[in-house]
Amino acid sequence: MMNVDTIAAISTAVGEGGIAIIRVSGPEAVSEAKKYFRSKSDIATADSHTVHYGHIVDPANGEAVEEILLTIMRGPRSFTAEDVVELSTHGGIVAVKRVLELLLKEGTIRIAEPGEFTKRAFLNGRIDLTQAEAVIDLIRSKSDRAFSVAMKQAEGALSRKVKTLRHELIELLAHIEVNIDYPEHDVTEMTSSFIRTRCQEACSVIDGLLKTAGEGKILREGIVTAIVGRPNVGKSSLLNALVQENKAIVTDIPGTTRDVIEEYISLGGIPLRLLDTAGIRETSDVVERIGVERSRTALEEADLILLVLNANEQMHEDDRLLIEQLKDRPVIILLNKTDLPVVIDEQELLAIASADSIVRLSVLQESGLDQLEKVISGMFFGGELESGDLTYVSNVRHITLLGHARQSLVDAVEATEAGIPIDIVQIDVRQAWEQLGEMIGDSVSESLLDQIFSQFCLGK
Amino acid sequence: MKYEAGQFDVIVIGAGHAGVEAALAAARMGCETLLLTINLDMVAFMPCNPSIGGPAKGHVVREIDALGGEMGRNIDKTFIQMRMLNTGKGPAVHALRAQADKFMYQHFMKKTIEETERLTLRQGMVEELIVQDGICVGVETKTGAIYRGRTVVLTTGTYLRGRVIMGELMYESGPNNQQPSIKLSASLKELGLQLVRFKTGTPPRVHGDTIDFSKTEIQPGDENPKFFSYETEYSDNEQLPCWLTYTSEETHRIINDNLHRAPMFSGAIEGTGPRYCPSIEDKIVRFADKPKHQIFLEPEGKHTSEYYVQGLSTSMPEDVQLSILRSIPGLEKVEMMRTGYAIEYDAVVPTQLWPSLETKVIPNLFTAGQINGTSGYEEAAGQGVIAGINAARKAQGREAVIIDRSQGYIGVMIDDLVTKGTSEPYRLLTSRAEYRLLLRHDNADLRLTPLGFEIGLISEERYAKFNRKKELVEGEIERLKTVKVKPDEAALGLLAELGSAPIQNTVDALSLLRRPEVTYASLERIIIPSPDVLSEDMKEQVEIQIKYAGYIEKQLLQVERLAKMEKKRMPDDIDYNAVHGIATEAKQKLSSIRPLSIGQASRIAGVTPADISILLVYLEHYNRVVAARG
Repeated sequence: MMNVDTIAAISTAVGEGGIAIIRVSGPEAVSEAKKYFRSKSDIATADSHTVHYGHIVDPANGEAVEEILLTIMRGPRSFTAEDVVELSTHGGIVAVKRVLELLLKEGTIRIAEPGEFTKRAFLNGRIDLTQAEAVIDLIRSKSDRAFSVAMKQAEGALSRKVKTLRHELIELLAHIEVNIDYPEHDVTEMTSSFIRTRCQEACSVIDGLLKTAGEGKILREGIVTAIVGRPNVGKSSLLNALVQENKAIVTDIPGTTRDVIEEYISLGGIPLRLLDTAGIRETSDVVERIGVERSRTALEEADLILLVLNANEQMHEDDRLLIEQLKDRPVIILLNKTDLPVVIDEQELLAIASADSIVRLSVLQESGLDQLEKVISGMFFGGELESGDLTYVSNVRHITLLGHARQSLVDAVEATEAGIPIDIVQIDVRQAWEQLGEMIGDSVSESLLDQIFSQFCLGK
Repeated sequence: MKYEAGQFDVIVIGAGHAGVEAALAAARMGCETLLLTINLDMVAFMPCNPSIGGPAKGHVVREIDALGGEMGRNIDKTFIQMRMLNTGKGPAVHALRAQADKFMYQHFMKKTIEETERLTLRQGMVEELIVQDGICVGVETKTGAIYRGRTVVLTTGTYLRGRVIMGELMYESGPNNQQPSIKLSASLKELGLQLVRFKTGTPPRVHGDTIDFSKTEIQPGDENPKFFSYETEYSDNEQLPCWLTYTSEETHRIINDNLHRAPMFSGAIEGTGPRYCPSIEDKIVRFADKPKHQIFLEPEGKHTSEYYVQGLSTSMPEDVQLSILRSIPGLEKVEMMRTGYAIEYDAVVPTQLWPSLETKVIPNLFTAGQINGTSGYEEAAGQGVIAGINAARKAQGREAVIIDRSQGYIGVMIDDLVTKGTSEPYRLLTSRAEYRLLLRHDNADLRLTPLGFEIGLISEERYAKFNRKKELVEGEIERLKTVKVKPDEAALGLLAELGSAPIQNTVDALSLLRRPEVTYASLERIIIPSPDVLSEDMKEQVEIQIKYAGYIEKQLLQVERLAKMEKKRMPDDIDYNAVHGIATEAKQKLSSIRPLSIGQASRIAGVTPADISILLVYLEHYNRVVAARG
């Protein structure tokens, strides 16, 4: 078997269904799972293809994190032909994320690349030769999708913070490297205590990020969605219908002082982050408020705009204004109140908006929501939505990588205290820098050389 | 008049640091070898620093020596100063640096070549490669001599369409006013090699008798010099100091006032220069807030008064150079003997090479040194050894030898060149190596001497000695595990003296040696000595291997993981454009670089992890199909 790593991923659509499954595959699957699994059965010796009841426990404090069912499938009689452990947790995103984060924390298990289980199944001879092309397509499409998600995140606030942190680390690295590669140059001597201070500073920045991540403020993802429309077209009831039926995540974190209040929902497995929901609730006059700064920001930030129109009325001048303002944006027009006679001039609408971005629905009768789901899915996922390993997993990745980077910096600090030479301490610092780079999809080593030569005047 | 001048196994063009190593390696491996140079007086000439080694570069010299190359032995015979650098840092970055007697270095190397069996040294300028059916079969010189060879190694340095620039003055020339090689460049282009224009430079040289050394700071060599070659045990070379001074405000003023005459800024220079080796005018413009720059005065040899002015590389006009020199403390009355200059030259885009250093377009043609886009004697020599070995092996019908990134800096350099290419003259830095702790200065023999022996460049005698050293080191590490240290007066006294925490119980000696502050030498004072006599070299090895075991193992684990990728060979006939699913950019890069393994493919810029996954699936598919066909 050529893969030595043990990998894990959530293998069910996130937010849907009563249970979620984390699949772990690789040589360490059973022994790693055992570390966190408290149960009557000893899974190390358990037979293949058996199911065990127990709890996932955080070894750090002995607390039970989640009640689970654990299935063991020993290689080669498994999907990947490797040892596989599947952990079934309660549905929803919170439980499964917590378990996955725990599994990844130590670094023995890493998060699976897009399509990696299938890739392994193929490489290990579990999948027929004729399906090679299908396997390739799966890897390609999953990677491209993951990439586009990552690109979106790369512009976010978290990413900016990580970039700043990385920049500070690379300046430190360049300084260490110049000391090593140009020992006779008149650059400031790099000392252990200098490295220690810088690493401790970086550590506390990461601590801050992790703390916010723990509180759920920054690392939640989903398609950022804004609902707009004239008064009384049914925005509030749409919102309520969406939230009540589909609420996937606990929201309204106490103590947050955000301007824009958000709701997280999972619409048939599609994660949506609904913006300014409070605004919609407190006043129905969104058309007026569209000029208000915070709503404008919300609209700018939105990946998706749901424009609600009343099908039972003629199109209003304000509607036309809204449509005009929102052209070139990803908009879905919702024709609400189709339970009543349709009065709106659909021909006029078709002249300014494409037919496949128009959804007829009736919030009252709860009809048309499945159509909305299809249209969103078509807009963002090329029509097919597979198990939700996109944004949620990337959150877990972020937390895991931040944790690893922090550990590397702690190692560096400890090494300086133990009197380890700077070129060896550098290994840990560099690792932290690379782990942060992995987070934002930027791990190129050439930039270290660029940094060295732009920061220092060298040469003969 | 053309004439047939001889038949050889390997022909090496150019006798600089790459060429001499290539020729010596090939001849020592049993090949009839011809070494051609434009000027016989320029064998192993140092056109720039009279110095060898330093971080990464010194490591390469040791690797060359561990493989059976010549540079280490030659500098050990001819050094006029030896210093171990970075001694305050970890063992991986300790680095030996020597000042060479530039003339002795040449003479000794030339003599070694002349005395080597099967090696013919001849003066001649090659103007054309002879290529039959797409394969390189020989060379033709300016005088009409046709030499036939099974393989050819091209090491043209900065001679290829060389052009010297000094202020407003520009002329076709090789380094140090040597004849440039003009026609060969066209021949290479015609054969389909893509060339690129690079630039490098050198500072002026001055007369030592006109330097006021009292205004400078002395930089002596080490009292107990170490050596580059594992074969050198002793030297009584007399050492000469270097001298340190700085540029002055006046220097900066002169340069700023004359920038309009600097070809760097007037656009006269088209070649790309190295960032790590900027000219003084470049440094002053780019780092305007730095008030002064270091200048080292380095003797060029025992039998000359010439000094090399390190830090003052420049292509300013001659009159400005003299003013600059005289603005530097200690050089107020200096006489300039040679003017500094910039030189532009043609190089081959190195992604056109296999990791064996054979060109992809012209089988049996190898290139090494500056022609591959590198800079530095050591980088050149390191490639020279590999090109020589592989040209010889190809001539003998054997498989190429490739040093990988975990085995040596030579491997790092060649992999970087052929996989990523370079946009400026490439210099080795320790930070280019991902396994710096494995690629140490002290263990080059452990890494490469078994390979050198297998290739046939290391003698039985030397190999036996090497194995003995290895056994003794391993034996001593095992022994230290069993040697107990009690918390008695001697032990506690020693630990207190070293500022190390006292021990409560009996511990083994090995765990004590793990402590950063405890050295082998100090430990020796309180433990039963080894039954074998260990050299200083061996003791150092024991100490390093024990002290850094944790970090070393971590890196070894990484190497092991990646090794699986390195072992996955790409089929020779793979058509990347036909591999479904790979991104277009990756297809183009893969098709042009044609990596030998999945590992190499993964290091190509523009090839993503998803592309690699797809390649793995494709490869599996391919292998199963091939297996099914039988």
